Amino acid sequence: MKHEMISENHFEPVIVAFCCHYCAYAAADLAGIMRLQYPPNIKVIKLPCSGTIDVLHILKAFELGADGVFVAGCLEGGCHFVEGNIRAKRRVDRAKAILDEIGLGNERLEMFFMSSSEGIRFAEVAREMTEKIRKLGPSPLKGV
Amino acid sequence: MDTKSETKKVGAVLVLGGGIGGIQASLDLAESGFLVYLVESSPAIGGVMAQLDKTFPTNDCSMCILSPKLVEAGRHRNIGIITQATVEGIEGEAGNFKVAVKKAPRYIIEDKCTGCAECAEVCPVQRPSVYEEGLAQRKAIYRPYVQAIPNIFTITKNERPPCTTTCPINTNAQGYIALIRQKKFKEALTLIREKNPLPFICGRVCTHPCETECNRKDVDEPIAIMALKRFLADYELAYGAEEIQPAQRNKEEKVVVIGSGPAGLTCAYDLVKLGYGVTVFEALPIAGGMLAVGIPNYRLPKEMLKIEVEAIQKLGVEIKLNTPIGKDLTIDDLRGQGYKAIFIGVGAHRSRKLNIPGEDSEGVVHGTDFLRELNLGKEVKVEEKVAIIGGGNVAIDTARSAIRLGAREALILYRRSREEMPASDEEIEAAQEEGVKIQYLVAPVEILCENDKVTGMKCIRMELGEPDETGRRRPISIEGSEFTVDTEMVIPAIGQAPDLSFLPEGKFGVGRGDTLDVNSISLETNVPGVFAGGDAVSGPATVIEAMAAGRRASNSIDRYLRGENLKDNREKEFMTTTHAPLDIDISKVDKEPRQSMPTIPVEERRGTFNEVERGFSEDMAVQEAERCLDCGICSECMECVEACKAEAVDHRQKEEIIELNVGSIILAPGFDEFEAQLKPEYGYGRFPNVVTSIQFERILCASGPFQGHLQRPSDGKEPKSIAFIQCVGSRDFSCDRPYCSSVCCMYAIKETIIAKEHAEDVKPTIFYIDMRTYGKDFDKYLERAKEEYGVRFIRSRVSEVQQTAETENLMIKYESEDGGLFTEEFDLVVLSVGLNPPKQAAEMASKLGIELNEYNFARTDPFRPMETSQPGIFVCGAFTGPKDIPETVTQASGAASCAESMLSPARGSLVMERELPPEIDVTGQEPRIGIFVCRCGINIGGYVDVPQVVEYAKTLHSVVYTEDNLYTCSQDTQERIKAMIKEHNLNRVVVASCTPRTHEPLFQETIREAGLNRFLFEMANIRDQCSWVHMHEPEKATQKAKDLVRMAVARATLLEPLHKVTLGLSHDALVIGGGIGGMTAALKLAEQDFTTYLVEQEKELGGWARRVHFPLNGENPQGFLQSLIEQVKTNSLIEILTDTVVTKTEGFVGNFKTTLASENGQKQRLVEHGVIIVATGAKEYRGTEFLLGQNEKVLTLSDLEEKLVNSPQEVTRIKNIALILCVRPAGENYNYCSRVCCTVAIKNALKIKEISPEANIYILYKDIRTYGFKEELYTKARKKGIIFIRYTDEKPPEVRSTDGKFEIDILEPILGEELILSSDLLVLATPMIPSETNEELSRILKVPLTKEGFFHEAHVKLAPVDFASEGIFMCGTAHSPKFIDEAIAQAQAAVGRATTILAKNQLEVGGAICQVDREKCIACLTCVRACPYGAPYINKEGLAEIEVAKCRGCGICVAECPRKAIKLFHYKKEQVEAKIEALLTAVV
Repeated sequence: MKHEMISENHFEPVIVAFCCHYCAYAAADLAGIMRLQYPPNIKVIKLPCSGTIDVLHILKAFELGADGVFVAGCLEGGCHFVEGNIRAKRRVDRAKAILDEIGLGNERLEMFFMSSSEGIRFAEVAREMTEKIRKLGPSPLKGV
Repeated sequence: MDTKSETKKVGAVLVLGGGIGGIQASLDLAESGFLVYLVESSPAIGGVMAQLDKTFPTNDCSMCILSPKLVEAGRHRNIGIITQATVEGIEGEAGNFKVAVKKAPRYIIEDKCTGCAECAEVCPVQRPSVYEEGLAQRKAIYRPYVQAIPNIFTITKNERPPCTTTCPINTNAQGYIALIRQKKFKEALTLIREKNPLPFICGRVCTHPCETECNRKDVDEPIAIMALKRFLADYELAYGAEEIQPAQRNKEEKVVVIGSGPAGLTCAYDLVKLGYGVTVFEALPIAGGMLAVGIPNYRLPKEMLKIEVEAIQKLGVEIKLNTPIGKDLTIDDLRGQGYKAIFIGVGAHRSRKLNIPGEDSEGVVHGTDFLRELNLGKEVKVEEKVAIIGGGNVAIDTARSAIRLGAREALILYRRSREEMPASDEEIEAAQEEGVKIQYLVAPVEILCENDKVTGMKCIRMELGEPDETGRRRPISIEGSEFTVDTEMVIPAIGQAPDLSFLPEGKFGVGRGDTLDVNSISLETNVPGVFAGGDAVSGPATVIEAMAAGRRASNSIDRYLRGENLKDNREKEFMTTTHAPLDIDISKVDKEPRQSMPTIPVEERRGTFNEVERGFSEDMAVQEAERCLDCGICSECMECVEACKAEAVDHRQKEEIIELNVGSIILAPGFDEFEAQLKPEYGYGRFPNVVTSIQFERILCASGPFQGHLQRPSDGKEPKSIAFIQCVGSRDFSCDRPYCSSVCCMYAIKETIIAKEHAEDVKPTIFYIDMRTYGKDFDKYLERAKEEYGVRFIRSRVSEVQQTAETENLMIKYESEDGGLFTEEFDLVVLSVGLNPPKQAAEMASKLGIELNEYNFARTDPFRPMETSQPGIFVCGAFTGPKDIPETVTQASGAASCAESMLSPARGSLVMERELPPEIDVTGQEPRIGIFVCRCGINIGGYVDVPQVVEYAKTLHSVVYTEDNLYTCSQDTQERIKAMIKEHNLNRVVVASCTPRTHEPLFQETIREAGLNRFLFEMANIRDQCSWVHMHEPEKATQKAKDLVRMAVARATLLEPLHKVTLGLSHDALVIGGGIGGMTAALKLAEQDFTTYLVEQEKELGGWARRVHFPLNGENPQGFLQSLIEQVKTNSLIEILTDTVVTKTEGFVGNFKTTLASENGQKQRLVEHGVIIVATGAKEYRGTEFLLGQNEKVLTLSDLEEKLVNSPQEVTRIKNIALILCVRPAGENYNYCSRVCCTVAIKNALKIKEISPEANIYILYKDIRTYGFKEELYTKARKKGIIFIRYTDEKPPEVRSTDGKFEIDILEPILGEELILSSDLLVLATPMIPSETNEELSRILKVPLTKEGFFHEAHVKLAPVDFASEGIFMCGTAHSPKFIDEAIAQAQAAVGRATTILAKNQLEVGGAICQVDREKCIACLTCVRACPYGAPYINKEGLAEIEVAKCRGCGICVAECPRKAIKLFHYKKEQVEAKIEALLTAVV
């Protein structure tokens, strides 16, 4: 298995995860403390709130060749900045529409809500996202 | 301290209890200028809230909202957290207490532990986790939960286990057994050797007192401890031992040991390990003493002894064989050779004589001589028939050896009975198996000989008389019972004595039985420097006792050579036979038989001396070790010491007493759950699928025992039906809990909703008496549960829960409201357990001298809800009575303000401010980045190739310095980081380690101390996001660590220094509303020396309280109100502005400007103030329902109360009176519970009964919500004959007015019949509705209202009196309906919160906040609308600007701004995108 994965032709997606400080990043920490294993393809970028996420950040990641992006914030109603997560979701939807428009497809982008005690969920999300992007194959924008 | 300190106020407060109440009180106090000691009895703060999954009514994740508070308290410079501690005693008086706090040992050095959890990985002992409510196991070394603060481990120890304490040398049996369980055989043997130099031997021939006392005997049989020890020896023999390194010789002195038996070997072993030179002199050609020449090979093969002796020699002990001391080499000679101390351990090798005729004949050989010859390999012959005399192990060894040498018959004669026989049971049994015969109660009289050959023995029978000095019954010969035994060889084995002939005559004291006299504690003989022990002193005893003597002597010799007292503090060296009680219920342990020792068959034993016992296999050993009960909990196996790379474990820590000097004490000990076992009919503890509500919280929690999968404990299946039984341990006289626990209805509803969210098809049912959803938005929550989630509610009483054996499902028997009896089956039952006072309440109360109520909750006065009976000691939270989180938090802030009022003069006197060097100006400098990569012991270093990461980091742009650390967070590394910043002129620092959520503030503080701005710091989380989550892919983990470091460096390059701006502030306060809440707030602010403007729109102060006349519980509302008004009016710091309204407020926290208007707006005035407290109150709804306002005999509750006061004579004429509760106008607006009406109605009904006992009173209700201790009134009302009739929304009562009376139609649900009640007076409980000024005020202050028009707090749970906008607070019924005591608590809470601002000399604002680029702004107002805090505004130039003091730095406006005109400092576009670029440009 391990050898397969490092074989040359195998596609290892690069996935950027924008996580809010209070919940999603804390959930990622908990996944660590619980030693939950997930693919190393996920690279987390911490933001004060998921509401900080700008459509431009997302598009920038794709432009530079990210195969997938997800934004993770607090549970609905649980945002520490009242409703930053809800605003984030709207922006993700907007970005998805743009991805569709330019033909990259919206499946490479997701928004997740999770509480800080959901380490398991974070690991699941990381696994699911990696699998999904692996199936979708490399971003056509890579190396453009 | 000076002499005035007695009266001086101390600026420190002790907060007892680290739940959410204690945390909030601590934070408020610390932020208001007081030093706080937060004393918590458990290992971590967080309390019950940390165990909850979600919180009602918002379903917020409990840990999400709690965790930031934990972290804040944990790192606050003015909060000292003292865990595992209790208050022992108190002296002094309010303002200046001396408190003794007892802190239990953690066995962890707190500032060294990094919380990495490596120790728990290796710990072999498990115990049920208290945090997980017994649904999961934790180790003996543990932290209660992963987010725990302080995030450090602790070790649970019981007293030492009996196996260890009964061992004369305290071999740590529990420890090595625990290690065997983990198959750490090598480590186990090493642990034994810490104490015991002879495991190969003790694993075979020890008398194992450890097994005799083993607690497992009370379950089935003791653990086979000796056999386990032998297994380890066998294992080493099979798999090889590590080369033994000589002990380091670090002491000059040399010591002589005479005799190489177990005493001498142990003494020599200890001394050589201590660094002394040791020489052992042995007279025989073989080392080992009796081990060598006294015990036959079939029990103890000579190779075993050889291994042990060689090991001791390798350590550095010199053994000289064939070197008797005496003639050629005297003790004096040895001294002359420079030996500084001598140990005599020559044993007892001289056989005692029978002293009967014939003993000297040829066929008589003494036992020890016989065995010695045999063991020395000499030819030993036996006759066909051998008689052995004696009852000890020597006799048995002799007999069994004789059989092996070919004797046809071996007969043991013993003069007492089997019971007194000193030989061990196993030996006696084995001997009999092999054919040895034993005759008891027989003594020899004469050995019969012919030609010097034995032909027989004349014996006499004995009987047992009175006990002799040994405690055994004395044998007495029976006259005339002589008989002859037919034998050819006699071996007397009746005991041995030391042979002391080698000692210079007369120099040494010799006692009874020819033994050496020594001091019983030091084992020193009468000759200084000469010590003795073992059989030579005690007479024949056991191997382990001889070893203990060697140990004791080695200790004495060490003391002697170091010139210390030989006897001080040595009591503990003696073994004990009294043991601490077990922490587990032994009756619940499953029986599991002891492994039996495999032996070679009896028929194969004759003619050979091969070892009989074959030892345990690995599986047997592990299985046997599994049986251990871990009586000591921590087994002291020392694996944690080994695993902890931070060297934080210290098993020697002791309990300590800490003296604290504080001005005040706040008690926040919380509550304990009701013990569900006290309601045995519900089956808790007997049926696995009956759980408590708090267990169910853990089951639901994502980080809980089942990772958030809804499953039942017995079989892990997902339950399809769940029953919640309410009022378990509440409203129940049968278990002495008549009060209502206030929170259970809500938490049960929450648990049903969350359960539904976990599993859509689960069917929850709540069995309840009344639904007490009396709080803000609680009724809506109840409706959601019913309508949205389909939760079933059954008004009933549950009589019994039974289990169906096959399915482990549960049958619930209940009686419905109309008296029907039902039984229904459920998969899982949740008991909604009530809240009890904390168990330690009584003890704490007596130590602190505070009064408790009849249930053991703290006694408080309704008008002073946070004051105990002891001045200076305040209380908050569930200890004052059952309550939920917001009320606890409210009381906590309130209690803080009480303490602050008292200690106001000492504010700021003890808080610590750190002197910091001026900041280095890095503007214009090229980035010079230093990178510190943490190994975190092996947590990172074990999986990520840290040196490779460091090498890689060197190649990154702008990096000028790199290093790796074992622990980057350790104190010495902080110093190193500072030094490196200076040495390499670093202007940015990157730490690659763990999570910034917990560690960033620490490193930021460090770089600031080195003169760098805090914002010039960045972290890469290569532990939580790398090594721990990619443990099985070390190469990829290393690659990812490099990626994360590269990303961090890219961002660090672009980091800019940011500075907070300091602002001056007004220390005055504005309180809006002059009711009880507002007046209390004003008074409490004034007590803390803050000037307050108290604004009231009415002409007089008092608000609603003017209409409250009767107490709930003995108090006097009007008396209190008048005195409060008086105090407010006479306080020079309070300016009262009646008939005044607020018309305009500008500014922000610390700097508000408010316009006040009076005389119908004719007079205007501008006041400046730092904070605002909104206390606008509420009023009683007056509509037209049920003829209200149309018929003068229809009253509201307040009307009734006034009538009772003003014209009680009218009331005496009333025969029938009906009170209708929950009278609400149609429509949505007032469709909430007003919380107080049930209680007020009952209060006044009781008053009527008092005035007119004959009156018939009917209370028509939907649910009676007399929560907490108010339940007493309800109970009293029913006892007094007040009639309660329930109605439903579907069938509300109908009222007709006829002839000055009322007729009321109501459906009586118990009878199921329509009743017609006649009433002279009709009283309606109408809603408490918000003040009509709220809407206007909400607009002026830009703070939100609820749909109903009450003010909306910043956070329902943890910020109940705060607004989202800083500096504005609320209290009283402006927030929601409540009682006077609750309003007072809130008012004080608002003051407690407000003073965190007012107490500061200046406010720090700014830093990582947003800023508008005026060139780009088009004033589209998007940001103004998006900001949750009202920070952006349109300035005079018509452009958006962000009010620095209001911005919280979430960046929402940045992302929303269509012109991209706003930036968020520290997360600027280029700073975020630098990370994206760094990640992708290098990888792609």
